[in-house]
Amino acid sequence: MRSRTVARDLDEQTRLGAVYLDGLMRAQLRLSVAVLALTTVGLTALPVVLTLVPATRELSVLGIPFPWLVLGVAVYPSAWFLARWYTRQAERLEQDFTEVVESP
Amino acid sequence: MSNPLSLAAVVLVCLTTLAVGGLGLRLSRRTSDFYVAGRAVSPRLNASAIGGEYLSAASFLGVAGLIYDQGVDMVWLPVGYTLGYLVLLVIVAAPMRRSGAYTLPDFAEARLGSRAIRLVSSALVIGIGCLYLIPQFQGASLTLSLVTGAPAWAGGFVVMVVIALAVGAGGMRSITLVQAMQYWIKLTALAVPAFVLLALWFRSGAPSPQVDPSWHVPLSPTSPDDHPTYRTVSIVLALCLGTMGLPHVLVRYYTNPDGVGARRTTVTVIALLGTFYLLPPIYAALGRVAYPTLPAGVGSDTIVLRLPETFVDGLTGQLLTAMLAGGAFAAFLSTASGLAMSVTGVIDQELLRPRLARFAGGDVPGIRGFRISAVLAVLVPYVLSRVAEPLGLATTVGLAFALAAATFAPLIMLGVWWRRLSTWGAMAGLLVGGTAALSSIVTTMVVDDLGGWAGAILANPAMWATPLALATAVIVSLATPGRIPAGTTRTMVRLHTPERVALARSRLPE
Repeated sequence: MRSRTVARDLDEQTRLGAVYLDGLMRAQLRLSVAVLALTTVGLTALPVVLTLVPATRELSVLGIPFPWLVLGVAVYPSAWFLARWYTRQAERLEQDFTEVVESP
Repeated sequence: MSNPLSLAAVVLVCLTTLAVGGLGLRLSRRTSDFYVAGRAVSPRLNASAIGGEYLSAASFLGVAGLIYDQGVDMVWLPVGYTLGYLVLLVIVAAPMRRSGAYTLPDFAEARLGSRAIRLVSSALVIGIGCLYLIPQFQGASLTLSLVTGAPAWAGGFVVMVVIALAVGAGGMRSITLVQAMQYWIKLTALAVPAFVLLALWFRSGAPSPQVDPSWHVPLSPTSPDDHPTYRTVSIVLALCLGTMGLPHVLVRYYTNPDGVGARRTTVTVIALLGTFYLLPPIYAALGRVAYPTLPAGVGSDTIVLRLPETFVDGLTGQLLTAMLAGGAFAAFLSTASGLAMSVTGVIDQELLRPRLARFAGGDVPGIRGFRISAVLAVLVPYVLSRVAEPLGLATTVGLAFALAAATFAPLIMLGVWWRRLSTWGAMAGLLVGGTAALSSIVTTMVVDDLGGWAGAILANPAMWATPLALATAVIVSLATPGRIPAGTTRTMVRLHTPERVALARSRLPE
């Protein structure tokens, strides 16, 4: 039976500690790459939609043309929601990690 | 259009900045107070301070000017400025705070254990800082000349003096308070006139902006040999990646209490920036209502300041102009003081303190060297702003982002996430990215108009210089596995392990 925590393995850089650190980094990086991929898709969607559906160029809501609404308004709340979602997920990952490495 | 109210607003903003800076003087005692405000700033205050520091002359005047000029395509700029924080959030926010470093050169040295990389990073901080300070001084000169008829050197000079005093007096603590206040000043100063102007425009029958159809279409060329898709993608990439490499942005992350706080701060920053950036397109569109084409001899950077008095005469117009002029000065002062603070820190630590210590036998009070550095940090960019050809405020700022994206962004991304980064790889990446971006930037600033693909590639280097630097760093690292720093694992444990996990050996003393 092990009586020491993984936290000590992390601290002392044992092979076990390295495995746990790799796991944490990989999970965090996967989350980050997902956010970046979503952002890229979101940004390229506007020119693609404008090209494939030319009618959207003429579309306007309350007198504001569609491209202005997307780039000038919709981008910001979307970025905020994405950021908040990422932060919660990252905190949850860290919470789980903390519980695992600190349990004896 | 000489306007005593505008002059009063500018003076008021400058005096307030100095007064709050003086408050910091009484609070600052230890050297660490000067650098990171004793590391006890709450996420909300910190987010306002980051917003206040980040919204510069480019955001307050330049963005609206460029949108007025070129249409919806330029809205990509504020989008990029905001998304830069999303990228920063997911790649570096928490690890950077946990690294325990004060500045970018500190981070580079702690991660790679190399004095040489520290020196190159320091030179880059000074370079990016100068490049970013130049348009702040130019914007100040342009604003003061427009609203008071002062000579062209005056506005930048005033900003230079106020910043040298504020930074030299209180350091970071004062700057945190000043910056947080500046965000709200800037938002109010841009929002209130925008709503008044919108109401006036609505009452006069809501005339449409006079534009040709391409103004409303993203990715439309501005001239026959323009390459709008390349240009836009490269600019957005530079802004998204450059944000994490700006010296005055990362220094703010050291004032968060922990990694979780750093992330929460960033989420609030995105909300604050998004709110602010709703406003510049309103000025651009109203600008096209008032001036279908730009009058001869008028730069598009002044369109925001010119609008109120074309919509309403007399006291109301003057009051609104005064608000905008005050807000613009708040923008110059806050960004310039944040940049000056970072550049000052580097000059103080790398150049001045070692020399002063040798000169006076190690008996120089640290604060005096810091104050001399503050003067140097603003004087050099001010002189450059007087001799350099103005490129447009947002364009020059874009070049600073491109330089940061091609140098610090690869270094930080690999440094935080890749264990096999070697000292040589990091150095090669910095040098290749720095040389590529700097030579493009200097060519763009010196040669007037290259045109065609050559012009597009040199004016927007991030698209090729950043991948080039990243690939160089990776290939050289793989070829020199013997140069991977010995402390890499310890650093990685420190960067990625949550603070709640107690680590006796891997944490740095706070």
